[in-house]
Amino acid sequence: MWRIFAAAAFLVFGAGAQAEEDVALKAGAGRDVVENYCNACHSLDYPRINAPFLDRQSWETEVKKMITAYGAPITPADAKIIVDYLTANYGSGR
Amino acid sequence: MISRRAMLAGGALALAGGGPLTRAVGAAEKPFLPPGLPQGVYDTATLEALPGKKPLIKLSYRPPNYETPLSHFTSEFTPNESFFVRYHLAGIPDDIDAQRWMLKVGGEGAGKQLELSLPDLQSNFEAVEIAAVCQCSGNRRGFSDPHVAGVEWGLGAVGNAVWKGVRLKDVLSRVKLRSDVVEIVVNGADGPVLDGTPDFVKSIPLGKALNDNTLIAYAMNGAPLPHYNGFPLRLIVPGWTATYWMKHLDTIEAVTKPFAGYWMKSAYRIPTGKFAITEHFASQMTATNEPITEIVVSSMITAPHDGHTTRAKETAEIRGLAWDGGYGIRRVDISTDGGKTWRGAELERDVGRFAFRSFRFGFVPRRAGTYQVMAKATNALDQTQGDNLIFNPAGYNNNVPRPLTITVV
Repeated sequence: MWRIFAAAAFLVFGAGAQAEEDVALKAGAGRDVVENYCNACHSLDYPRINAPFLDRQSWETEVKKMITAYGAPITPADAKIIVDYLTANYGSGR
Repeated sequence: MISRRAMLAGGALALAGGGPLTRAVGAAEKPFLPPGLPQGVYDTATLEALPGKKPLIKLSYRPPNYETPLSHFTSEFTPNESFFVRYHLAGIPDDIDAQRWMLKVGGEGAGKQLELSLPDLQSNFEAVEIAAVCQCSGNRRGFSDPHVAGVEWGLGAVGNAVWKGVRLKDVLSRVKLRSDVVEIVVNGADGPVLDGTPDFVKSIPLGKALNDNTLIAYAMNGAPLPHYNGFPLRLIVPGWTATYWMKHLDTIEAVTKPFAGYWMKSAYRIPTGKFAITEHFASQMTATNEPITEIVVSSMITAPHDGHTTRAKETAEIRGLAWDGGYGIRRVDISTDGGKTWRGAELERDVGRFAFRSFRFGFVPRRAGTYQVMAKATNALDQTQGDNLIFNPAGYNNNVPRPLTITVV
């Protein structure tokens, strides 16, 4: 579902959203899952500026907050992929 | 479900991919950023212009969070096109037609429900102006030690403007408030992307709502509010942090029970009793935490910039701004030795107790070397900027004096 939205947006607003497109996440396992979920509500500069000081537990807290407080429809399996990705690529190493 | 607007605005990035970005970028390469922020800010922040704005420090595109570069703070008044932008949720209305804007006023605590247009407000109520600092609760969050999650603001999530509009109390007087009203709830036209995300809705205590200084503003520095600062109407709560200054204001409701929304009960809370605050939000307090309310006394040096080089025996003018929750700045002290000794700065004109107060100090370094320059403000209640951060998980109320380094040759 998220991919369809993304594709539609790219076609319609591909040029207009140029600056936002420049915000890239590091290549790594799970990046596509992070992009597809997180990008629905906010641009991907959010995790980038919140780095690299959050440990795994803190990233878990953030992802959980997105699900419980902000209603992000993320399955537990995908939440784990997201936490793993953020911890590995934007974490404090702890 | 996702709204159509968000669906269109979002998404594009998911296909964009992107290469590795591993090179560390420091403050020196992005001189518009002060030192002390998380490394990710140096890697990510850029100078970008939103429509109607000058290039500001972009922390996030969507929702838009842009702070004012230090170099734009050249007077007590922050120009509209330089004023910081802060949104929580990405569902922001575009193409607002001010002539068709309707402000709903009422709620279960009111005996009457009203709808007011912009012309109604402008012609049927007394127009009032006030100069007041609008400061994001999380201004300087990025300097928290240890760092905490959130928008990693540096120094520029703050500005001062002359706000023109009508008194909230004058508007409330038209809807027959019940005697048991405790809070006034305010909502704006911006909203969430997902149905499950709580809309950004805030409340203020009835007493604050009835304060003469609390306004519904339609103008800022003599012009209509910029779109990204809340066009066409914004609540102005002088002395209190910007979380209460609802943008795109379209609903005002009197309530007889404390408002229990997410943005009151779970967000924007500070530990109870840790900060020097006079006005508390009694109906929203618990033993452990309370809503952030007043702006704590603060100051920033706006010139020279960190890393500036000057010459021995010549005057280097140190300039800056000081502000507080509306008690008035009584003095500003400057240290040029990293906080060991302090001397009073000259305060410039007073443009209002809720406003920025400019200060200046002529620094004549006697010999070459490196100097740590700091400013510390004190208000009329003798509240000042503490040397140590009062740590809190959301990084609020950070008013610790920030040293900048000047090299003297």
